[in-house]
Amino acid sequence: MLLKRLCEAMGISGQEAEVRAVIREELGGKVDEMRCDTMGNVIVRKGPEHGPRVMLAAHMDEVGLMISGITKEGCLRFVKAGGTDDRVILSKVVLVGKSRIPGVIGPRPHHLETDKERETPVKSDKLYIDIGCKSREEAESKVKLGDPVIFDTSFAEFGEGYVKGRALDDRIGCAVLVEILKQDWSIPVWGVFTSQEEVGCRGATIAAYSIQPEMGIALEGTVSADVAGVEDEGLVTQPGNGPAIGIMDAGSIPNRHMLAQVVGLAKQHGVPFQFRRTTSGGNDAGPIQRSHAGAATVTLSVPCKNIHSPVAIANLGDFDNCVRLVGLFLKSVEGGFRA
Amino acid sequence: MKELIRKFVEAYGPSGYEDRTRAVIQDEIEKYADGVSVDVLGNLIALKKGDGTGKKIMIAGHMDEIGVIVLNVDDNGFLRFSNVGGLHPAVVLGQRVIFENGTVGVIGSERVDDLKDLKLDKLFIDIGSKNRQEAETKVSVGDMAGFQVPMVDLGSRLVSKGMDDRIGCAVMALAMQRMGRTPNDCYFVFTVQEEVGLRGARTSAFAVGPELGIALDVTRTGDTPKSITMAVGLGKGAAIKVKDSSIVCHPKVKNLMAETARKHNIPYQFEVLEAGGTDSGAIHMTKEGVPSGVISIPTRYIHSQCEMVDLGDIEACVNLLVKILEGPVNL
Repeated sequence: MLLKRLCEAMGISGQEAEVRAVIREELGGKVDEMRCDTMGNVIVRKGPEHGPRVMLAAHMDEVGLMISGITKEGCLRFVKAGGTDDRVILSKVVLVGKSRIPGVIGPRPHHLETDKERETPVKSDKLYIDIGCKSREEAESKVKLGDPVIFDTSFAEFGEGYVKGRALDDRIGCAVLVEILKQDWSIPVWGVFTSQEEVGCRGATIAAYSIQPEMGIALEGTVSADVAGVEDEGLVTQPGNGPAIGIMDAGSIPNRHMLAQVVGLAKQHGVPFQFRRTTSGGNDAGPIQRSHAGAATVTLSVPCKNIHSPVAIANLGDFDNCVRLVGLFLKSVEGGFRA
Repeated sequence: MKELIRKFVEAYGPSGYEDRTRAVIQDEIEKYADGVSVDVLGNLIALKKGDGTGKKIMIAGHMDEIGVIVLNVDDNGFLRFSNVGGLHPAVVLGQRVIFENGTVGVIGSERVDDLKDLKLDKLFIDIGSKNRQEAETKVSVGDMAGFQVPMVDLGSRLVSKGMDDRIGCAVMALAMQRMGRTPNDCYFVFTVQEEVGLRGARTSAFAVGPELGIALDVTRTGDTPKSITMAVGLGKGAAIKVKDSSIVCHPKVKNLMAETARKHNIPYQFEVLEAGGTDSGAIHMTKEGVPSGVISIPTRYIHSQCEMVDLGDIEACVNLLVKILEGPVNL
């Protein structure tokens, strides 16, 4: 399963090589143009060179950790690469570096904690990764500063049509984009698997400048608060209710005409959808909208529970319907799009 | 002048949904322009041609206003919302808002015992619907609303929602009317989405590629009881910006503004705004860089439905803009 291979590839921001390899292997020979730019974006064209240009962006990078120091006892210090809650880092098994050396992020020994310590979450800068080394020298022979660290999570299908895995944000968007690029299009569809979204949409900024699209769609794995104790108005999205259409976030406001077109197509063709009912967060649609003299953009997302944690949950029906909705939109702008 | 301002400020137009405001402005300015276009983000770009010997100047004022966006419709027909642009919970509580289709709602609050706990997520909009089904016939998740309040004429001063920045748009429109012959190609850009991050100015500046940028926007004052310390006062003339959080104005542009004001006896004051930014922040960083400045309209109670401006200040801003645009610009 492509989604499993994508989710199990290692790819914190700026170190997306494994994800890139999966995508290039999957799309090789099936597209009209494929190149990699200086920041590591994979830029793919499907369809003719001329016509209304659409840029679809899904980011390859994931949130994770990065090695920042080695203690004399042979333990590894780390920093967060992208936004992860300190409280989910504690007591986790991780994989360090390309050779995936197993490591453990230990908790404070419960027996030795004071009452106050038991009530306060441990800050990530007080934690370390234990890879079973006895000295700095031994650790340095296996690990170097800047090495990526990911949570040791295996991908699996479970329940009725659900998947769990690390990095569903945004490998599920990458998987949507791969499916779109395998299909044939009569307009230039530029698919960009972007780098460094989690640290400020950096890959998309230069990719959009180079492609200069008229329309853009960010394909995301997005937040869902569909968990116990959250009331209706705070759910944001719910896995299983269809792809989520963004209404506004910190990075961009969708083009109102393009948004209306997407919503209209979903209703007309009976594609289930939901609105992303929050304005927080941001994604690659921002830099696409504001490149050159501007582009019309929207964001379509597959809802993911437990995003930015060691393991997220998504619904495969939402994935299929997201692919369908993107396809319907691309068909609808074959004659161009007037914002 | 008052009627033009009234038309501009009372139009509906939260960020990204400026269509109606654009129609009102376009209707007013089209006759004074040599060409008008609307770009993909919705910026309205009007060119007043020079004689070919001057500079390419971009003048920017934003059409969008602050507002609210619907996040959720509950079973009883109440709407939860988030802010579009900077919005203080205490300012919106108890106010009326209006959607693009004319639906009016009032803003109510959950029970809050301590005012410090008054956050936007404790508030909701009541559009008088009995349940979700009825509410959804009028409003959808993602719809935006602005304040619903008419302009008040206090004689020499005006009060309204949306002075930020329709008053800047009005100054531009009045300048277009009054301008005589000019050596400069003047691109009057009525921008979108300033309140959410100077977005329209960024893309329109890329398209125009100006040699000089001038934004027209409101700035706050330090002349109300126990206010912040700020040298700008209402009624003391056009405010020439020195800096804010988005730009340090080019010294030569700042000096050009001040010298022009002195030469023509236009009252002016210098402005240093500690927090806040405006379209020149995006314009001056475009392409290889654009020397830019800002003429600010002193305004009290910014980002409320009671933004107050002074007609003398507006007159000064229009005169200053006209004189700058009519003259040769040597930076």
